[in-house]
Amino acid sequence: MDSRAILAEIPRLRRYARAMLGDRAAADDLVQDTLERAWCRLAQWRVGSDLRAWLFSIMHNLHVDQLRRPSLPTHSLDDAGDDAPIRPMQSDQLELLDLEAALSQLPDEQRAVLLLVAVEEMSYAEVAAALEIPLGTVMSRLSRGRERLRQIMEGRQPAANLRVVR
Amino acid sequence: MSQVSETDLQAWVDARLAPPRQHEIDAYLAEHPDQAERLRAYQAQKRAIKALFDPVLNEALPENLHRLTDAPARPAVDRPPAAFFSRWSLQRLAAGVLVALLGGAAGWLGHAQYQASDRLARLAPLPHQAAVAHVVYSPDVRRPVEVTADQEEQLVKWLSKRLGTPVSPPKLGAVGYELVGGRLLPGNSGPVAQFMYQDASGQRLTLYLSTENGGKAETGFRFAREGQINVFYWVEGKFGYALSAGIDKNELAKVATAVYDQLDRAK
Repeated sequence: MDSRAILAEIPRLRRYARAMLGDRAAADDLVQDTLERAWCRLAQWRVGSDLRAWLFSIMHNLHVDQLRRPSLPTHSLDDAGDDAPIRPMQSDQLELLDLEAALSQLPDEQRAVLLLVAVEEMSYAEVAAALEIPLGTVMSRLSRGRERLRQIMEGRQPAANLRVVR
Repeated sequence: MSQVSETDLQAWVDARLAPPRQHEIDAYLAEHPDQAERLRAYQAQKRAIKALFDPVLNEALPENLHRLTDAPARPAVDRPPAAFFSRWSLQRLAAGVLVALLGGAAGWLGHAQYQASDRLARLAPLPHQAAVAHVVYSPDVRRPVEVTADQEEQLVKWLSKRLGTPVSPPKLGAVGYELVGGRLLPGNSGPVAQFMYQDASGQRLTLYLSTENGGKAETGFRFAREGQINVFYWVEGKFGYALSAGIDKNELAKVATAVYDQLDRAK
C-alpha cells in the first residue's frame, strides 16, 4: 500500500468525520482509530482496489460500532459548573435555519449518504461500497435525507411517515 | 420519454445521468415546476453542505494524527513512504519485546483483535494502574499470583493468548530477583499482565505489562511515586511497561535497566 496515498486521504477522512460527528475532537479521534485499524488490517486490502472506499468503509464501521457500544454518560465538572445559557429551540428561528444543526437532526444513515454524495462527491456505487449497503438503499436514503433536510431548513417538521387510518 | 423515477430525479440533482436522459429530465421539469423547485432546493442544499465542511480540508493536522503519520501537516503527501512506515516497524519490533517472537511480526500485524487507543489508556495513567496492582497483590502471602513460576511455560502461553501478543517475563536473577509468577488483570479496556518477582529477603516487585497504548507514544524511562510505591515506566509502541516496588528509587532503577536491556536484546 502506498503510504502517500493514505496520507492524501486524511484530510477527506477528517472532513467527513467532522460532518458526521459535528465535534472536532471526536472526529479526529475517529480518523485516528480508522488509520490504526487500516494499518492493522493491511492484509485485507487488495492492491489496486479503491483505497478511499476502503478507508471510508472502515471509518463507517468504527462509527457504527461506537454508536452501538453502550457508554457511560459523562460530564466534565467544568462544563457542569458553567451553567451556559441554552436558547429554547422553538422560539429561535435562527437555530432552525442553521445548516449544521439541521444536518445533525437527520438520522445517521441518511446523513452518511447525504454527506458522501454532497461533500465527498462519491458516485452512488462508491457510496454503496463504502457503507456496505445496496444501491437501492443508497437512493432511498438520499431521497429521504434530502427531503427531510429541506423541511427542517424551511422550519417545517418533517412529514410523519405514518398516517392514522381509521 | 420513459417514466421518470425518483432515482432519475436524484441523479439529475447530482448530474449523474447520461446526457440524453439529463435532457429528458430537463424537459420533464419544465412541465413540473413543483418538482423543479424541489430539485433546485436539493442542489442549493448540496452546495451549502460542501461549502460548510470544505474548510476542514485546509486545517493543519492535529497532533494525534501527526504522530500517527509521522509526517508534517500539509505537505504530508510529499513525504517519502519510508518515514511513514518507520513507526510501524518500531511497533513490530516492540512486539518482539519481552518476547519469544512466537508469531512473528506478520502475525501481530494481522491479528484481528483491535487494540484500544491511548485515548482509552489515559483513563487511568499507566504508573497509577501499575502501582495499585502492586499494592493489591504483592503483600498477599498465600496467593500473590495466579500461575506460579514453576509453571512458567503455561503462564507464558496463557498470558500471550489472552493479551493477543507474545509476552514472557524477563529474567532478573542477575539483579537478585526471581520470578514468583504472574496474573491477568483488567486494564482500561482489556487484559493486562502482571509478573511478580521477589528477592532473597522476600522483597517483591511487579512488572506490569499493558498493550493498550495504541502504538503512538514512545517514551524514555519515566519515574512516578504513588504513595509508598516507586514506579519506573516506559512506553514502546503499543506496549506500556511499569516496574513497581516499595524499594529505593536507585535500586529500582537498576532493576528497570535490567528489564529494559533484556527487551532491547530481544529486538
